[in-house]
Amino acid sequence: MIVDPITFFIVAACFLLFMIVSMVRLGLGPTAGDRIVALDTVNTLVVSGMIVFAAAYGEVIFVDVAIIYALLSFVGTLYVARYLEGGL
Amino acid sequence: MNILIYVLFGIGLTFNGLGAIALLRFPDVYTRLHGATKATTFGSIFTTAAVIAYGFARGGPAFDTLAIHAIIALIALLITNPTGAHAIARAAYRSGVKPKYAVVDKLEEKK
Amino acid sequence: MLAFLATTLVAYILYLILTMFSGSFGLWSLGELIAGAVLSLIAGAVAFRVAFAKERAGEANIFRIFNPVRFIIFLVYLIGPFFFSMAKSNFDVAYRVITGKIRPGIVRISPGLKTDLGITLLANSITLTPGTLSVDVDEKNGDLYVHWINVKNPEPSPAEVCGSFPDWVRRIAE
Repeated sequence: MIVDPITFFIVAACFLLFMIVSMVRLGLGPTAGDRIVALDTVNTLVVSGMIVFAAAYGEVIFVDVAIIYALLSFVGTLYVARYLEGGL
Repeated sequence: MNILIYVLFGIGLTFNGLGAIALLRFPDVYTRLHGATKATTFGSIFTTAAVIAYGFARGGPAFDTLAIHAIIALIALLITNPTGAHAIARAAYRSGVKPKYAVVDKLEEKK
Repeated sequence: MLAFLATTLVAYILYLILTMFSGSFGLWSLGELIAGAVLSLIAGAVAFRVAFAKERAGEANIFRIFNPVRFIIFLVYLIGPFFFSMAKSNFDVAYRVITGKIRPGIVRISPGLKTDLGITLLANSITLTPGTLSVDVDEKNGDLYVHWINVKNPEPSPAEVCGSFPDWVRRIAE
């Protein structure tokens, strides 16, 4: 009746694939800006993946970690951007 | 209910994949930001919506809590993602990266 | 004082949402209610200067965002025009990823918004809607510099770049 948990693991595997694709840009990126864009994408994918894992295992604590991860990765992005601007 | 969850996951994964491919295909920082920010935000809305639907469909205190927390995580993503993109774009411009193939650049004329 | 109370109240409501279904005392257990009150008082004392920073001169009322009518308009905006153009923008991005047809450029628009909240809301909306990305803001008169992926007109009006968004933002935030 309710979705088979294996679905969530397949979705999470797709997220892992997209993260690897983004990390190619993280390694290649000619400028520092390209690298932060790739890092930001990886962060978003990690948050979505954590939410999917929370549903797979039925554990609420994963979603709480995802919320904190989203906010902290935002602060990290802002710091690197500020450093590139030369204001730090 | 099952079919709804599968459809939501399918749409979300499609757009997340497009965001990852956009990172590889576009020529410079600004166009990459276009692809990455829009597509991953939109895709994450759909995959999180699938999890929320699953949580409310399973029912019971544990899964209701999971759905409510997933809504708050989605709100956090929706606020932080475009703001971060804006910060990256401004930092890239101020660190001297010019947009490639640009036909017009008003910010250049200002300085 | 009002800023402190407002910040505390928002923090407490967020705490209550996060700890829903925790106990036998209604939806919440007694310990959670007390701990939430103490923690949100601390958060309010630390953060009220940042959360309600003084805006620029000529500001009417800083607490206008607590007006429920504005909340309802905001929800209508979020579900209706905003979500629609977000979906459109994603198909646009998909089309450009596959075909690789781009004609980028940075243009300047003057939406004529005065408050910080309004400009923030409009800049975030622009970032998530078709073919546009806000790059920089002119803090003196509120002009936005927008990276446009398919430039049709080097000196566009705000309506050409972001449709009816400035009117919606004016209704919500000013």
